[in-house]
Amino acid sequence: MAIRTKHDPQSYTFAGFGSEKYPNLMLRGAGDLNNWTLDVYEQKHEGYVAMKQALKMEPVAVTEEVKTSGIRGRGGAGFPAGLKWSFMPKDTPERKITRYLVINGDEGEPGTFKDRAILEYNPHQLIEGCIIASYAMQANTCYVYIRGEFLWLIEKLELAIEQARAKGYLGKNILGSGFDLDIIVHRGAGAYICGEETALLNSLEGRRGEPRVKPPFPAAKGAFGQPTTINNVETIAAVPPIIRMGGAEYAKLGTTKNSGTRIFCISGHVKRPGLYELPLGLPLDFILNELAGGSSTGKKIKAVIPGGASAPVFSEAEFSTPMDFDSVRNAGSMAGSGGVIVLDEDTCMVQACLRLIRFYAHESCGQCTPCREGCNWMEMILHRIEHGEGTLEDLDVLASLTPRIAGRTLCALGDAACGPMESMLKKFRHEFEHHVTHKTCYVKGHELLAKVGAH
Amino acid sequence: MNHPMPPETSEAPLAPGQRLPRSERKEFSAEALQEIAAIAAKYPDKLAATLPALHIAQREFGFTSLDAMKAVAKALSIPEGHVFGVASFYTMYQKQPVGKYHLQVCTNISCALSGGAQLLEKVCQRAGVQPGEGPSKDGLWSVEEVECLAACGSGPCLQVNHDIYDEYVDERKLDEIMQACKRGEYREWAK
Ligand SMILES: Cc1cc2nc3c(=O)[nH]c(=O)nc-3n(C[C@H](O)[C@H](O)[C@H](O)COP(=O)(O)O)c2cc1C
Ligand code: SF4
Ligand code: FES
Repeated sequence: MAIRTKHDPQSYTFAGFGSEKYPNLMLRGAGDLNNWTLDVYEQKHEGYVAMKQALKMEPVAVTEEVKTSGIRGRGGAGFPAGLKWSFMPKDTPERKITRYLVINGDEGEPGTFKDRAILEYNPHQLIEGCIIASYAMQANTCYVYIRGEFLWLIEKLELAIEQARAKGYLGKNILGSGFDLDIIVHRGAGAYICGEETALLNSLEGRRGEPRVKPPFPAAKGAFGQPTTINNVETIAAVPPIIRMGGAEYAKLGTTKNSGTRIFCISGHVKRPGLYELPLGLPLDFILNELAGGSSTGKKIKAVIPGGASAPVFSEAEFSTPMDFDSVRNAGSMAGSGGVIVLDEDTCMVQACLRLIRFYAHESCGQCTPCREGCNWMEMILHRIEHGEGTLEDLDVLASLTPRIAGRTLCALGDAACGPMESMLKKFRHEFEHHVTHKTCYVKGHELLAKVGAH
Repeated sequence: MNHPMPPETSEAPLAPGQRLPRSERKEFSAEALQEIAAIAAKYPDKLAATLPALHIAQREFGFTSLDAMKAVAKALSIPEGHVFGVASFYTMYQKQPVGKYHLQVCTNISCALSGGAQLLEKVCQRAGVQPGEGPSKDGLWSVEEVECLAACGSGPCLQVNHDIYDEYVDERKLDEIMQACKRGEYREWAK
């Protein structure tokens, strides 16, 4: 077993964290490598209190509580979790249905590193969430899909599951409630696309991680052909606090339609990058300057990607946007997975754009033509521009490509690639033009592309 | 800045007449077969054990060789073509031998902002191999450029085999890590 004994250098806290203003619901004990055991969870963090409470409630009442809390999915799309749960078909007197809960721990979105912290420091909070959610939907098997690189976290989660089983929190007839549940951990093998929920289902079934045509949606036909709900690790880990506090109390955190706290992952050119659990709706510039310490390079912050690499980029005009799902969407981007990537003035946007598009071109599963060909085209054109061989016409070709990809693909990866492409070209067109006319970067300072490799 | 077109991908199709490298092992050990059977029994459909079985195969065979894929197909009684299709889809199944310490460097955006590209160059220099080239002459190292490893806040980051992430890796830290590998402080690949 490779339980990590080495301290990881990530920052998990900030001045005022844990106070009433900034409640600590998800990152309890993060940073302390001994925090993950069942004993610590029960003694220090009110562990399994919510599960015991929930098992005494009617399953529908649990779902109602989650609906009341207003929590929206933390995996990317921001879909209300309670509503998603209520789509699951119920048993009828004639027919008993096998239902599954699937947890999305693929965490592939560049700029996102929050689920990893939950798995490292609070695996029991995730397990407790799985039990409550499975009970609410009456699913007797829960699959946790974790990206293959997290081998040590998978081993840790399996140990935590054993601890919970030994205590009678998993298995048959949990604490005499008559409810049975098994959690099975499934390891991925390195494919960003497996974060997409139907690709994840295919990967879970032992197939290539290719997204499925929807409908049928997973709630009708998901894993192994059965009704399935897929939720992100963070969404499910938020369920125990919701049940413990009560949905109405949780809904008071954040803003009206964007309740609760979420973990922001801040990376790039700030003084204190790391994980910040914050109530939704705080302005971006407040988070960057007051909490994350502002620019780390002494240069002004030029651009921010507010919701993981797929989110369209913000330039200075949008820095005051409140960080919640609706406000970020109204400002032309998406809150996505909570990954906030900060780029300073010296960052060449053509290089940044090329790096991102190369990622999407590499990760496209290749099923649909607009995404497969489009991402490759964009990569090649950007590559040409970056290497001083582009023409001004190329910029128009790039601009004309995105509307031909976005919205015309099977899954959202096509749209995800267009987000950065379109926004960077629109907001920083002068840098692209400079690249074409001067055959070199508009600003120099950070070389983002390696002179070896490229896979 | 010398190539106008993106370099060839490491997953380029085989040239005519070219063959996948062979592994020394041809069959699963008895324990591995048991392990696979136990995993398959956990799922409603044994096909679901394809990914876990390939992970086990990679551990046993050292890399995901054609023989490893065939062994998986046999162990689960599923078509070889299916296993090959799956193995070729996922990047973590190494279709070529790798070094005892497989150094994976993230060069995605957040890491790149803090020097991921330069780290990859240094890693290649120290290890004396290029990404995708297979093990170094002494068999110790191989290098891979990987996408986001979910350590973006503390980049640039480096993963050694599948156990240890190292974060904020600068030149000094890189030396430390490579020394620690040589002293055998990290689990070897596939051990
Ligand atoms: C290309 C692509 C990649 C995705 N990657 C992830 C991921 O790594 N983790 C995740 O939780 N959701 C990811 N999603 C979102 C999922 O499809 C899904 O919306 C989410 O897991 C639902 O959980 P939630 O309702 O709790 O947010 C991705 C979506 C797309 C289109
Ligand atoms: S949009 Fe891209 S990743 Fe998604 S199904 Fe189509 S080809 Fe695959
Ligand atoms: S970008 Fe390197 S770990 Fe995320």
